[in-house]
Amino acid sequence: MIPLSYFLVFAAALFSIGLYGVLARRNAIAILMGVELMLNAVNINLVAFWRYITPTQIAGQAFAVMVFAVAAAEVAVGLALVISIYRRRNTVVADDIDLLKF
Amino acid sequence: MTIAFEPWMYVAVLPEILLVVLTLVVLGLDLALPEERRGGLGWLTAGGLTAIILVGFAVAMPAGEPRLMWGGMLRHDWLGFAFKLTALFAAAATSLLSMDLAQVGKRGEYYLLLLASTLGMMLMGSAADLVMLYLAIETTSIPLYVLAGFLTRDDKSTEAGFKYLLFGAMTSAVMLYGFSLLYGFTGSTNLYELASLAQAGQLSLASVFGSLLLVLVGFAFKISAVPLQFWAPDVYEGAPTPVAGFLSTASKAAGFAVLVRVLMAVFPGIQPYWGAVISALAVATMTLGNFFALSQKNIKRLLAYSSIAHAGYALIGVAAISMPGSTLGATSVVFYLITYVVTNLAAFGAVAAVGRVTGSDEIASYAGLSRRSPWLALVLLVALLSLSGMPPFGGFVVKFAVFAAAVEVNLIWLAVIGVLNSIIGLYYYLTVLKVVYLYRSEEEDKPMPVPGGYALGLLVLCVGILLIGTLFAPWFSFSSGAAAALF
Repeated sequence: MIPLSYFLVFAAALFSIGLYGVLARRNAIAILMGVELMLNAVNINLVAFWRYITPTQIAGQAFAVMVFAVAAAEVAVGLALVISIYRRRNTVVADDIDLLKF
Repeated sequence: MTIAFEPWMYVAVLPEILLVVLTLVVLGLDLALPEERRGGLGWLTAGGLTAIILVGFAVAMPAGEPRLMWGGMLRHDWLGFAFKLTALFAAAATSLLSMDLAQVGKRGEYYLLLLASTLGMMLMGSAADLVMLYLAIETTSIPLYVLAGFLTRDDKSTEAGFKYLLFGAMTSAVMLYGFSLLYGFTGSTNLYELASLAQAGQLSLASVFGSLLLVLVGFAFKISAVPLQFWAPDVYEGAPTPVAGFLSTASKAAGFAVLVRVLMAVFPGIQPYWGAVISALAVATMTLGNFFALSQKNIKRLLAYSSIAHAGYALIGVAAISMPGSTLGATSVVFYLITYVVTNLAAFGAVAAVGRVTGSDEIASYAGLSRRSPWLALVLLVALLSLSGMPPFGGFVVKFAVFAAAVEVNLIWLAVIGVLNSIIGLYYYLTVLKVVYLYRSEEEDKPMPVPGGYALGLLVLCVGILLIGTLFAPWFSFSSGAAAALF
C-alpha cells in the first residue's frame, strides 16, 4: 500500500501551490482558484488521515464532505462579489481595486 | 467517545433553535409584505432577538458541571453562554441601528444575513469539535462577506466585501489545514479528546505547535490581530456603518471565544510557548493599532485602528491565561469583550446616525455636532471616553481587570506597555471629541434628526456602558462564572 506520507507530501505541495497562487496572482478569479486548491489539499489530508488512522470512524469523511459543501458556498458568494465589483469598475484585477487605502 | 442523546440538549440549544425560527419568519415576511411595509422588519428582528435573550436567561443557563452535548459537537458551559448572549445582544443593537439607514434598513435580506451570521457566532461560542468549529466560523463569515459588500451601487462597499472575502477565504483555508493536521495527529476531532491526548503526552511538541500556528492564522484574522489586521480599516470604511460596528464587535468577540477555548483545551502542554507568542501578538497589535489611529482623518478608519488596539488589550488577558496560576485571566477577557461590544456598538451607532445626515465619515464633518445634536455628541463622548478607559465608564473597569490579570502572573512589562498604549489612545479619542465639542461649522443651526431606532439603540448601549462602569460587581461575578467553567 502507498504510505501515508506520500499523501501528506502531495497535500502539502498542493496547499503551497494554492497559497502561492493566492499571494502572487493579480486576477480575483485566479485568487479564488488558489483558495480552492488550498481547500482541496485539506480534503486530501482529511481523507488520507481517515483511511490510515481512523478507518472505523466516520469523522474524517464527514469533515471532508462539510469542507467541500462550505467551499462551494464560499465560492458562490465570492463570484457574486466579483460580479458586483466588475459591474462598477469593469475590472477583476486585484491591484486596480484600490479605492480603500491608508 | 460517544455522547448519548438526552432531551435536555434541546433546551440547551433553544436560543439557537428560536433564532432559526426568527430567521425563517423574517424571510417569509420579506416575501409576503409589500415593499413599503418592510421597515417593520428591523423592529421585528430586534424584538425577536431580545425575546430570545430572555428565553436564554430563563431556560438555557448552564447549571452544574459543563457538559458536552449533541454527540460532542457543542459544550454547555458559561463561556459559550456568555458569548451567545453577547452575539444576540450585538445583533439586536445592530438591527436597531440599521433600520433607518437608506438602502439597508428596508431590505429583508439584510436582517436575514445578520441573523444567519449571529447563529454562526452563537455556535462558535460553544463549539467543542473541529468540524462544528469550522462550520460555525464559516456560517459567521459568509453572511458577513455579503453584508460588507451589501451596497452594490457603492464602489467602496463592493470593494470592502471583496477584500473581506479574499482575506477571509485564504485565512480560513490555512486554519482548516491546521485542523486537518490536528485531526491527523490525534485521530479525533473533538477538542476535549484532543486535550486529554495532549495532556497524556502522546503528541510531539513540534507537531502541536506547528498546527497551533496554522490555526492561529485563522483566529488572528477574525480578531484582527497583527499581522492579519490589514483588512480591518479597509473593510470597516467601505461596509455600511452598522455592519462595520457588528464586524468589529460581535465577530471579534466570537473570534476571541474560540481562541480562548481552543488554546485552553488543546494546547495546555505548550502553554509557555504560546504565552510568549500571544504576548508578542498583544504588544504588536495594540501598538500598531494605536500608532496608525493617530493619523486618521476618517472616523470609521480611526475606529477600525482603535478596534485593532482593543484586540491587543484583550490579548493581554489571553496571554495571562497561559501563565500558571492565573485566576483572573479568563475572567478579564470575557469581561473585556462584553464591555467592548457594548461600547464600540455605541460608537459606530453614533457614527451611523451622523453619517446618514451629513453623508460623510470625515472627522472634519463632525464640527459643530454638539450644537446640531447634543445627544449624539454626548453618546460619542460616553463611547469614546469608555474606549479610552476613563473611570466612570465601563472601559476603565475592564482595562483595569486585564492589566490586573497580567500583573497577577508577573507579566508586569506587558501591563506597562498596555498602560502606555492607553495614553496614546486617549490622545486620538480626545482629538475627535475636540472637533465635536469645540469646532464651529456653518451648518450648526441645522438640527440633526435622530430616528426612533437609533434613539432606543444608543440609549440602551449608553446605559449599558454606565452600568458596567458603576455596578462593577454583578458583571464581574457573571464573567467569573464564565471563566471558572472553562475546563
